Amino acid sequence: MIANVDSLSQGLATLLQVIVVALGGPLLVGLMAKVKARAEGRVGAPISQPLRDLRKLLAKERLHARHASVVLPLAPMVIMATSVVAVAITPLVSTHPLLGSSADILVIVYLLLTGSAAAALAGLDPGTAFGGMGASRAMTIGALAEPALLVAVIALSIQSGTSNLPGIMASTLANPQWVLGPSRLLALGALLIVVIAETGRIPVDNPSTHLELTMVHEAMILEYAGPELALVSLGEAMRVGLLFSLVANLFLPWGIATHDTALALALGTVVVALKTAFVAVAVALIEVRSAKLRLFRLPELLAGGFVMSVLAVVTGLVTR
Amino acid sequence: MFRALWRRPLTEPSSERRATVTGVNLRGSLQLRHVDVGSCNGCEVEVTSALAPHYDAGRFGIRLVASPRHADGLLVTGVVTHNMEGPLRQTLAALPRPSVIVACGDCAVNGGIFVGAQGVSATLDQIVEVDVSIPGCPPHPRDIVAALRTLGGR
Amino acid sequence: MGWFLAALVLCGAAALVGAGLPRRVRVAGSALLGAAGCLIALAVALRTLIAGDTLTWHTTQILPFTGLSLSLDPLAAWFILASSFVGLAACLYNVGYAKGAMASRSAQSLFMVFVLTLIAVPAASSIMSLMFWWELMALSSLLLILTDQSRHREARSAALWYGAMTQIGAASILMGLLVMTSGGAGQSFADLRSHSSSLSPLAQSFAFVLVLLGFASKAGAVPLHVWLPKAHPEAPSPVSALMSSAMVAMGVYGIIRVGEDLLHGGTPWWWIAVALLGVVSAFYGALHATTSTDLKRLLAYSTIDIIGLVLIGVGAAGALKDNGQLGAAHVALSAALLLVVAHAAFKGALFLGAGAIERATGTRNLDLLGGLIHAMPVTALVVAISAGSIMAVPTLSGFSGEWLLLQGLLHGFATTSTPTVIVMLLGVIALALTGGLTAVAFVKSFGIGFLGQARSSGARDAREVAVSMRLAMLLLVVPSVALGVAPGLLVAMLSRATTSALGGKLASPLDAGTGLVLSRLGGAIAPAALLVGLVAVMALAWLLNQTLAQRRARRVEAWGCGRDLQTSRMQYTATSFAEPLQRVFADVLRPQSDVEVTHVAESRYYEQSLMYENRVVDVLEARGYRPLIAAAQRLGRVARGLQNGSIHRYLAFGFVALVVILVVVG
Repeated sequence: MIANVDSLSQGLATLLQVIVVALGGPLLVGLMAKVKARAEGRVGAPISQPLRDLRKLLAKERLHARHASVVLPLAPMVIMATSVVAVAITPLVSTHPLLGSSADILVIVYLLLTGSAAAALAGLDPGTAFGGMGASRAMTIGALAEPALLVAVIALSIQSGTSNLPGIMASTLANPQWVLGPSRLLALGALLIVVIAETGRIPVDNPSTHLELTMVHEAMILEYAGPELALVSLGEAMRVGLLFSLVANLFLPWGIATHDTALALALGTVVVALKTAFVAVAVALIEVRSAKLRLFRLPELLAGGFVMSVLAVVTGLVTR
Repeated sequence: MFRALWRRPLTEPSSERRATVTGVNLRGSLQLRHVDVGSCNGCEVEVTSALAPHYDAGRFGIRLVASPRHADGLLVTGVVTHNMEGPLRQTLAALPRPSVIVACGDCAVNGGIFVGAQGVSATLDQIVEVDVSIPGCPPHPRDIVAALRTLGGR
Repeated sequence: MGWFLAALVLCGAAALVGAGLPRRVRVAGSALLGAAGCLIALAVALRTLIAGDTLTWHTTQILPFTGLSLSLDPLAAWFILASSFVGLAACLYNVGYAKGAMASRSAQSLFMVFVLTLIAVPAASSIMSLMFWWELMALSSLLLILTDQSRHREARSAALWYGAMTQIGAASILMGLLVMTSGGAGQSFADLRSHSSSLSPLAQSFAFVLVLLGFASKAGAVPLHVWLPKAHPEAPSPVSALMSSAMVAMGVYGIIRVGEDLLHGGTPWWWIAVALLGVVSAFYGALHATTSTDLKRLLAYSTIDIIGLVLIGVGAAGALKDNGQLGAAHVALSAALLLVVAHAAFKGALFLGAGAIERATGTRNLDLLGGLIHAMPVTALVVAISAGSIMAVPTLSGFSGEWLLLQGLLHGFATTSTPTVIVMLLGVIALALTGGLTAVAFVKSFGIGFLGQARSSGARDAREVAVSMRLAMLLLVVPSVALGVAPGLLVAMLSRATTSALGGKLASPLDAGTGLVLSRLGGAIAPAALLVGLVAVMALAWLLNQTLAQRRARRVEAWGCGRDLQTSRMQYTATSFAEPLQRVFADVLRPQSDVEVTHVAESRYYEQSLMYENRVVDVLEARGYRPLIAAAQRLGRVARGLQNGSIHRYLAFGFVALVVILVVVG
């Protein structure tokens, strides 16, 4: 009976987490657009604009290219599924979501990689030139960013003794003096570069470009219309929400709900929203200050992130 | 940069919205794909101004997008030339229904000063049914924003 | 043991049937007997793994002087599990595949002999038995490469490289094993095991290095790998599948057997060397897989990549055991063994799929394929799931293996010895780097090969392959999914295998259940629940799509930016897909490009035609092996001067040799 109640409340907490990120992801994207607009001196679209766009897209027609196969309609569902499951198992609002015991960093990283691979296959499916170009560039950037992501989070897990995310957060909560350690700061720097690469923001990729030759991510989804475009956009927005809040929670886990009471969950939601909004504003300001890098300058940036994460691991081992 | 964030934006205050075009319900979000079928770029400069800080069409949910598949309609500038008629038809075919067509500038609306010229194949309304026309050579950004707001609904 | 012998006899009978029967029943008959033999071997292996005991058998009849000894302990049973399962699928595949040269008497009987040796090598328990089966395995696969003579030059060159390297490797293994008998031990493994502690550490290390060279070459570890990307693509597809899944596992088996079991672990630096070989192989293999456009060559390099990860696990296990961390050592070795079986299944499926593509389209070149998913849906499904498995998509088998390896390495960081910690770090970095590169390689192979439009007439006219080939491929997909969703089912068997390898009575830290749980060390995954979640969300998304939005999609031309003509030539090719990575890693890959310009007759300022060629060759082969071979050839030419036919010179040699012997011996 107690087990049932426990898992029921865990399930509800997980559902809450998924809904918060599903709504919050587009809001984060809108927030970043608003910050960029204000920095340019414009009023800009309201923060809820991406949600409005999604609602409108659901009412539009669905189009499939002539040479496309079952992969084209399947890929948005895979992207959504990997994003939702990754959000469901990551400790964002509470420290023990439903499958928290298997919330391993490798699971999250590879779920996100699966989503990227699905998007790349969707780009190749219609048999167009730009789809292939987007797929090639996106996979290259992913291949160079993923090692940095993995090694940076491994630096954190060496310090905590486990690669289980709730375990890492619990040990950070128990040892607040770790937060300013050199290993953590290097890992934070590496993770920031990786998060910008994985979410496709300037200086890696310009999400609002119209020039196909400068596109990385947009080029893969040029063929999608209507509800499928809505699924892809929502999945991508949830990835943004997941990555930003994961970075926030890994380095500053205070405020996360450790029990399943309504008050703790409400507080956890508010705190994670604030932390994530802070990260989003920081990334938006980086976007305002930078220009998009040439494609063949990106490996230097991502290699720099990788070197930082390796240094984080080495300093973590040396200062043990 | 931080000063810009706190300062008041340069945008002029929004005016009264005109009634929405019947049959179109885009629920506050309008994404258009711009096609230049043969213009002098005067209208493009005005469209860019309409999206720029002073007139800021973006605050009403209006955006230009790269692919017609992502768009609710086309924003056409210029008179339809022989070379661009084919690509225009391709772009029209790539739009998901329901879609709207906006003719921006005198050339797109009725051919302007180029009616009957060599190189011109037709006017826009001879190829596709136009939902909103924005007259002017070039049209004022305020008029562009007002006309687009009748489609977007905000 | 009787059943195991029955399995071997059945495979031998299959070989005879393949040699004897007339053409029409030859393939079916030998495939049936071979499949039966593999099935029985599989059952025996499972039984041994569940019961945890050791079966032995010895006869003096087959091999004169030394006799033939077989011994089946859980470690051997694990490798027989891998090779018999792939053998079963390959026999089934052969039914539909064998046409023309492949259906000849020699090809069929050699194929069955090859399957037989792959089941027998792990069971060998004396030096001579091992060498007998090992050489038979090498010989049969060598001759099978030469089956289809339509690809003359490449097949012959591949066979030459393969033959030379495998023979040198076998000689090295034999020498190493014989060093272990120095001081008068018998040649059975039991004797070697008890005798090895009385050898000096120098002798042990020398033996291990010799043996490692041979087995690592067979496993495909860089820099001894150069034969692999030549030989595996040229062999017929069922043979390639067996070579890449089971034969390379034999190399890993040899390293574990000799290093851990016969030499009782030895010094840590042996295992650090093994792990370093693994790190280099993983990175090198993944990189070359990313830039290969020949589908089978891509798969061969990715074999090198996965074997690199396996060797990292084996090396980490050995080093950690020598440093006293048995728990982490067990986890690392379990990861390596799990990866061996998972790799056997998905690599076998991928090679069989590549064979199906080659049969259907007539080409292996990814730049000429495309759009095959419409005509070959079953092959596409098999390749998609197997590619997902190798990319470590969660809920598929490759992910379980890589996760376990990461856990072993992470818990190994707690060790105190610095070289071991550095090796753990390098292992983690290799794991991270190869993950992304493998994803690029397999998105490329599936996306360019199966999706889009056909890039050549061969791809346009492709048809799905025979039923038996489809069934065989689907059979190999089952472990990819099963081991991914419920890897915990194999935990008990894995524990017995690792315990029999590492010795001691420590129970493995892996707990039973469907997922993988390391309760004492901390860490778990529950792939079954993940799969349920993923499928549920996809179903929900589909349902929402159907209710909230339009049901049917309208078919339209692809959006080409208003371009009037869209041809298949406008798509990305495999070369262009990998070109950014080729540029990024140009220092490691050293691509060679040639530009040839033909000018117009009237003026040098105008060009008539331009030819551009870009090649990525194996750097170690071009810069390492070829100079060595050239030097050896030069030495040979010099030595030829000794044999110039002059009787006087020969008599002089004889005289000098006699004088030297008298002086040295006297």
